[in-house]
Amino acid sequence: MGRFWAIMSRDLTLARRQGADLAMTVSFFVVVVVLFPLGLGPTPGQLAEIAPAVLWVTALLAAMLSFDRLFQQDSEDGGLDQLALSGLPLSVVALAKALAHWLTTGLPMIVLAPVLAITLNLDGDAYWALILGFILGTPIVSLFGTVGAALVVGARRAGVLVALIVLPLTIPVLIFGTLAIDAAANGLSIRVHLLMLAAILAAAIPLAPMAAGAALRQALE
Amino acid sequence: MHRFANPTRFLRLANAVLPWLGGLTAILFGVGLYQALVISPADYQQGETVRIMYVHVPAAWAALAGYASLAIASFTFLVWRHPLADLAARAASPIGAGFTAIALVTGALWGQPMWGTWWVWDARLTSVLILFFLYLGHMALVNAFDDSDRGGRAGAVLALVGVVNLPIIKFSVDWWNTLHQPASVLRMGGPKIAGEMMTPLMMMAGAYFALFGVLMILRIRSLLAARRLRQLRLAVQEI
Repeated sequence: MGRFWAIMSRDLTLARRQGADLAMTVSFFVVVVVLFPLGLGPTPGQLAEIAPAVLWVTALLAAMLSFDRLFQQDSEDGGLDQLALSGLPLSVVALAKALAHWLTTGLPMIVLAPVLAITLNLDGDAYWALILGFILGTPIVSLFGTVGAALVVGARRAGVLVALIVLPLTIPVLIFGTLAIDAAANGLSIRVHLLMLAAILAAAIPLAPMAAGAALRQALE
Repeated sequence: MHRFANPTRFLRLANAVLPWLGGLTAILFGVGLYQALVISPADYQQGETVRIMYVHVPAAWAALAGYASLAIASFTFLVWRHPLADLAARAASPIGAGFTAIALVTGALWGQPMWGTWWVWDARLTSVLILFFLYLGHMALVNAFDDSDRGGRAGAVLALVGVVNLPIIKFSVDWWNTLHQPASVLRMGGPKIAGEMMTPLMMMAGAYFALFGVLMILRIRSLLAARRLRQLRLAVQEI
């Protein structure tokens, strides 16, 4: 357990000291969301209608920007070999990495999403659906992204490749995340959609690190 | 299984099977298409449009079977390091992507007159589209490394991750209220399709699967040739 926290806190420290990386992902999220009202013109009704999709799609794209760095640096400086030698299963290493990734990109986006939703005139009833959906959805994205990042270690154009691999897998998250917000805006129950997200998360917590661990083992050979 | 790890032995068997399988494909497509397009009756609701079904449904089956064989080949490669399984996985993903594309396009052509729209975002269509993207991702990942063996291993892990999509595709029509009709052949309580439509459908399914086999052999053969060519080039450079 100590080694698990050590890996996680190392990643968190790295993220804090190299603050530019973290700031880049989060500012990408903000800048792209702000582009939509500017492109569409400030018609409040129209903006409110597309707000769920804009927030979720932009959050996914912003997350994609951060995945190629997840293992790439460690692989280049030999840190990945050290992690493999640490005696900790590689799947647990991947889980620690995913958790650190979520704390540095998912969590800021959960905080920012409702603020950005205000600029998109999101329906007042939909904020809880948005926040709860992000709380359940962003860890799934981090977990899936960890699998993708482990797969592309050492690949050419790893950044584009990881998006190409991970985005199709995140489509269910996008669907249920936006459905929940739409349902709340129309006064319907959001329970089903959130339960689906929770189910995906519950399946992803054990399975995604296993897959990422397998991918890391292949990368180390 | 490792008997066929030897490319020469595999090629000898494949070359012997290929003409027979190719002939079978041609006959099944010939008879199946004649039955499907000329002999079989028009549907009482759909009219002549029902004939698209004979091209669409087997393509969708072949798309799923393609992913299943990609996953099995990947598993074999990861567990037993079987070198031909790597080639089989590399060979399977473009073929499967092709069948998926056929299923999506013929489905759209059928949807326009029947549903009044080329495309709806229901669960079945969306999950098949994800299958198509998974194939594309696999193809991109396999070829993204300078070390082709590393690409094969990464692709194998990705192929196994994508298996979660297969049951979702199969049961999407039961779990969600979709515009796409529920299963009528592989269902509890037996097929729910008229006999004179079942025969051509099964013949077309046989034709698609035989074609799948033919394309697999051709692609594995060309991948083997490409690998040998690369090794020869490297050998020449060393001299």
